[in-house]
Amino acid sequence: MTTATRRPRIAVHKFSSCDGCQLAFLNLGEPLLALAETVDILHFAEAGPIDEEAEVDIAFVEGSVATSQDAARLHGIRQRSRYLVTIGACATAGGIQALRNLHDADEWVSGVYAQPEHIDLLADSTPIAESVKVDLELWGCPVSGEQVLGATKSLLAGHLPRVDHSAVCMECKRQQAVCVMVAKGQPCMGPVTSTGCGAICPRWQRDCYACYGPAVQANVSALATHLADTGMPADEVARRLLFINGHAEPFRREGLDWQARVITRQGSEEEQG
Amino acid sequence: MNHDTRTGEIHVPILARVEGEGALDIRIEAGRIEALTLRIFEPPRLFEKLLEGRSSQDVIDSVARICGICPVAYQMSAVAAIESILGVAPSPWVEAMRRVMYCGEWLQSHSLHIHLLAAPDFLGYDSAPAMARDYPDEVRRGLRLQGLGNAIIRTFGGRSVHPVGICPGGFFHAPDSAAMQALRQQLVTGLEEARELIAWTAGLPIPEDDQDFVSVSLRHPSDYPITAGRIVSDRGLDIAPADFEERFREFQVPHSTALHAQLDGHPYLVGPLARLNNNLDRLPEALRQRLDDLGIHFPSRNMFHSIVARAVEMHVALAEALRLTEDYAPAGEPHAETPVRGGVGVGCTEAPRGILWHRYALDGDARVAEARIVPPTSQNQARMEEDLAASLTRFGLERDDDALRLHGEMVIRNYDPCISCATHFLDFHAVRK
Repeated sequence: MTTATRRPRIAVHKFSSCDGCQLAFLNLGEPLLALAETVDILHFAEAGPIDEEAEVDIAFVEGSVATSQDAARLHGIRQRSRYLVTIGACATAGGIQALRNLHDADEWVSGVYAQPEHIDLLADSTPIAESVKVDLELWGCPVSGEQVLGATKSLLAGHLPRVDHSAVCMECKRQQAVCVMVAKGQPCMGPVTSTGCGAICPRWQRDCYACYGPAVQANVSALATHLADTGMPADEVARRLLFINGHAEPFRREGLDWQARVITRQGSEEEQG
Repeated sequence: MNHDTRTGEIHVPILARVEGEGALDIRIEAGRIEALTLRIFEPPRLFEKLLEGRSSQDVIDSVARICGICPVAYQMSAVAAIESILGVAPSPWVEAMRRVMYCGEWLQSHSLHIHLLAAPDFLGYDSAPAMARDYPDEVRRGLRLQGLGNAIIRTFGGRSVHPVGICPGGFFHAPDSAAMQALRQQLVTGLEEARELIAWTAGLPIPEDDQDFVSVSLRHPSDYPITAGRIVSDRGLDIAPADFEERFREFQVPHSTALHAQLDGHPYLVGPLARLNNNLDRLPEALRQRLDDLGIHFPSRNMFHSIVARAVEMHVALAEALRLTEDYAPAGEPHAETPVRGGVGVGCTEAPRGILWHRYALDGDARVAEARIVPPTSQNQARMEEDLAASLTRFGLERDDDALRLHGEMVIRNYDPCISCATHFLDFHAVRK
């Protein structure tokens, strides 16, 4: 399939998502035109080219697996791609829509649609890696444009880039941002959340809400206990963990644990009453 | 083939250069369109349900994720509804700076649409990078303006996609004066480029296709409508956003995961052309003069003029951002304190694609008991189907499938449908019997 002289081929595929991570390409400005002159973009529906069946060197995948058709489509993309790269929280962790995994999805569909029988939706929204092998995961809601462009250049040079998954706290120190947890007592998720965003929230004087997913070696239970010890109710601790990357471990496990504490307590109160 | 008796079906399986996933199916019998469906198969993400139980700030951070292209619009409609429930009136500084941030999103979204999605149609290219080989300066100007819109959003929200700056009562952070001065210098250059862009879009080979439709938009007592106003139409509608549900009805059709909407039982148009049609007297005088000098006349009944309307609104956005930041000083307190309380509230703002209506019921802990969100693309779906039937018939059903498919895509792109919001297109199927 490859010859020494042909240009590298890339594709951008979309599954269930908000399209925001595709903007990592569409918002590049001048580098987008430069990229289009050095690679062949064979499939990228939002930008124009459509050839979903094309064999490519790099397939970028945005979005989560959400319908009965998605898994089969994804297996085809995997077979025709040398590298498969997931971009963003939906593709990498199931996305905010994976919150339905914790509920009765049928009931939710009936709550929005008068004729739920016309809606093709799986009970769970799942990350791409639960269906096929993924070569590189780029986290974030949204993914960082610089990270995507950097990863593209590395892959085109033939090696998998290393992605920094140290905690947002490390980035705050590098950026000399004032710690919002220490200085203002805000329930910041930075200690357990992967960097990549540039520590935007603390620099904007607010608490991180974990949109880049879990940091490496994140001690999530210690942070959750700290939040509870400083006055946060158990259901709110659970909601902090079960949010945009709520399907990613260890957020999911710890979040469900705190949710169970709420249910247990409510149950015992009922017994007493 | 006999032109009057052509029969068959046309299918466009994946619509290109739209935001989200959709398809177009047409059945032609005896030279007439017998059935036409714009299928939106973007899987629903059930936002209205996943918001239940969430805090006000979680709502603002969540609804941004409905659409990567217009997250600010979602945040602004949501925060307006929430503040009405909490009984918080944002300060004049907050109101002005929210309008500036929103101008950033109009600039970004409109420029992306004009240059990366729509203009290639008019000039016969299949993508912006292909068009850039022959129109390098125009495409680069467009990318710069898009980038400038993103820079405005970043100034207030830290990043342009899913910004983090909005909270109930105001902003988490006030940009410092030095950052604003640097931004304003770019805005001055951008304003001149937007002037040139209006003339360029007006000079594109725009098809003639006048149709009868109702324009619906917000209307503000003094300003071009962005963050606030009453809901009006060019046929006499004039209601408060709280009364939306009395006149507008959403309903499900089997071929779409986005609900359709009607005003008093009929399709209607929202978005840049509807806004401009209803608010010409709210344009700055210099801009109106510029349009007259160029021989551009609104109101227009030709949906293909939407690309010109977007360019005009980019100019409005830049002029507004400059006006509102002229004597900029950062607020000492960028947000008001907010009480915890429940109630029902409505927020309606002008997203780049048209009015975006939210209603929330909050419980006594200010957590969401119920949410309802009506995005612009679902409002435009019925009008899009009506337009496609008329436009394709006028274009000529005897033309070959490729020509019909391309024209159908062009018609659809006039609406800049954001199917991720509504729930992407361009799978085209035509059946001829």
